[in-house]
Amino acid sequence: MVEHEKMKVEETTAVIDAQGLHHRVLNGLIKKAVFEGAKKLRILNVHGQRYIGAGLSHGVEVEIHGTPGGDLASFMGGSRITVYGNVEDGCGNTMAGGEVVVHGHAGDIVGYAMRGGRIFIRGCVGYRAAIHMKGFQERKPVLVVGGNAGDFLGEYMAGGVIVLLRLNGSGEREGKANFLGTGMHGGTIYLRGEISGLNNHVRSVEMNGEDLRLLRELVEKFSRHFGYDTDRILKDGFTKLIPAARRPYHEHYS
Amino acid sequence: MKSYLLSEYLVQVDGDRCTLCLACVVQCTYGVFSHNRESRGLSVRSEKCVNCHRCVIFCPVQAIAVVKNPTAYRENFYWAEKTIRATVSQAEKGGILLAGMGCDTSMPVYWDKLLLNASQVTNPSIDPLREPVELRTYLGSKPDRLEVCDSGDGPVLETAIAPQLTLETPILFAAMSYGAISLEAQEALAQAALEFRTLFNAGEGGLHKRLYPYGGRCIVQVASARFGVHIDYLNAAAGIEVKIGQGAKPGIGGHLPGEKVTREVSETRMIPEGTDALSPAPHHDIYSIEDLRQLIYALKEATDYVKPVFVKIAAVHNSAAIASGIVRAGADAVVIDGMRGATGAAPLVVRDNVGIPLELALAAVDQRLRDEGIRNRASIIVGGGIRNSADVVKAIALGADAVYIGTAALVAMGCSLCQKCYTGKCPWGIATTDLEISKRLSPDTASRRLINLLQAWSLEIKMMLGGMGMNSVESLRGNRLHLRGVGLTEGELKVLGVKMAGE
Repeated sequence: MVEHEKMKVEETTAVIDAQGLHHRVLNGLIKKAVFEGAKKLRILNVHGQRYIGAGLSHGVEVEIHGTPGGDLASFMGGSRITVYGNVEDGCGNTMAGGEVVVHGHAGDIVGYAMRGGRIFIRGCVGYRAAIHMKGFQERKPVLVVGGNAGDFLGEYMAGGVIVLLRLNGSGEREGKANFLGTGMHGGTIYLRGEISGLNNHVRSVEMNGEDLRLLRELVEKFSRHFGYDTDRILKDGFTKLIPAARRPYHEHYS
Repeated sequence: MKSYLLSEYLVQVDGDRCTLCLACVVQCTYGVFSHNRESRGLSVRSEKCVNCHRCVIFCPVQAIAVVKNPTAYRENFYWAEKTIRATVSQAEKGGILLAGMGCDTSMPVYWDKLLLNASQVTNPSIDPLREPVELRTYLGSKPDRLEVCDSGDGPVLETAIAPQLTLETPILFAAMSYGAISLEAQEALAQAALEFRTLFNAGEGGLHKRLYPYGGRCIVQVASARFGVHIDYLNAAAGIEVKIGQGAKPGIGGHLPGEKVTREVSETRMIPEGTDALSPAPHHDIYSIEDLRQLIYALKEATDYVKPVFVKIAAVHNSAAIASGIVRAGADAVVIDGMRGATGAAPLVVRDNVGIPLELALAAVDQRLRDEGIRNRASIIVGGGIRNSADVVKAIALGADAVYIGTAALVAMGCSLCQKCYTGKCPWGIATTDLEISKRLSPDTASRRLINLLQAWSLEIKMMLGGMGMNSVESLRGNRLHLRGVGLTEGELKVLGVKMAGE
């Protein structure tokens, strides 16, 4: 096993004290530990180090205590990262597999262009969440947000699933969709409650049995991660949004 | 609505020669020819012709000629045919006009106003027939200084060297995505790059699984929509290129029409079949040089710092300042794509009016990086308008480390510059994803044509270098004293950093 004054390894668990470590050193330690067989990583005192878990494709459990910096889990393949804190911008950027669970809020562009895996955010997300999210065949990326989302949620979305629970504060169930799903041409968005001001790239449709099954599965996972009551969340009505067209800008060209 | 558009071309079939073999019916993908069973003759619909030459070349008895329609528009100096045609077309359809390939307007071509030097008497020229001339090129960031220590066993290099890509000629194949071009065309580029030991660029459409074995000779792109990007894709490649802009359409994004998004393209791009592949201009995680740095380092972290990361921008007014930011953001190479650069589909108005000539942008970028003392930190690769080996040599003298060729490579494979790439019907099997059409292109034959082109240009480059008394392409890099300008204004000479011929 790799030796470093900031890392302690017991069997297949590595504990890293990230205090004062540059991202390159911290990520180097993570990669070395995984390369040498660590299955579980606990990273303590994280203060803004970027790119944690970038490209991590092995099935590893990572626990982060603190606030990781930008591009957490970017290009990640198949690991699980749990963050006890907030995350900055770009969490799950171009992620292809695995799971990210955030016990806090997330910055902008969560799940940008993600094409696999699942992200659960307990709190709110910033602007442009799940922009360019895409799915094909069996790949179906998922973003579940407990709170609310900034503008441009699901912009240019080409696949996958977004669930927006809006459990934060009062009056949260009736939001205005600022640019929600503009340019959307694939995938599905489920919103708890009603939404007004939809643009003409998305349309609201009735939920079917398959939707209810998927929604229950995702809300159950969310509730298990963050200690909510699934049935209480699900008893409220949900709005299902799908793209109005597969080629939203087709008519712009001759 | 009745169309007022005139046919651009007239297709003439010599009835005395035609044997009614119907090869033209099979070869034309635009539906110009059909067999008229009643009259037992050939029906020709000239209005559908794009003048791609496919029927002309494949007619076994040379019975076909395509000529410009003699019924000309009543054009004048101000309202040229192209302008009238665009106006009529938009009045009928109401949309943005698309075009394929690069800007074809009469902007100045600075390459043609720059002349190369040759040795006479003093510093005699080198005869490349009997002396080696080195074209090997290393792309990547170079250190500020080299530190060497004496180990007792001889000198040992102490400075860590950033990852470098080795090319046997300073010519790479430019980014052309699967979707914009066929898999057969990409495979031809891959094979040629492998055999000639240079690199091809898979563009922004992902890397088809059949091309993974060529990964060591491949630059993969990361563009705004992140098509086909995942860790195996990044790891498979020799280098990664962050695509910010493209010379053919600076400031706007890509838009692969749904017709071209077949099952295979969908799988490679990781998007649903039949949808438009939208790749808007901005990366939604990049709003500043600092953000660009974050993406560059996310890619480096994800791939363990073992491969160079390029950043590609279109040649625009502030290219020099932007390039400085790109280098400071940690890019290993700056790629500048000039306004003559081609594309599978761009709005005509953008293709022909946005961006600046590559020659000026290159000269400005190289000078700026030198002035700031950071030229060594990144290679400069230029594309978008390199037509022949002389352009390559002039680009290197203006400061490029290597060039990307796109249009020239397509022409080598059979492209006739008909500019209809966006229709997806390329009869040459190049700019199409229709498997029935693309199988016309044999990767083996096309790669042979590409290798021949690289070989011919490389021989010519060696000859020109030898003529200037140089035995290595390194000696010419940024060596503008070997260029002279003709017919250029003082301002143009100043930007290009070259003297007037005779000075």
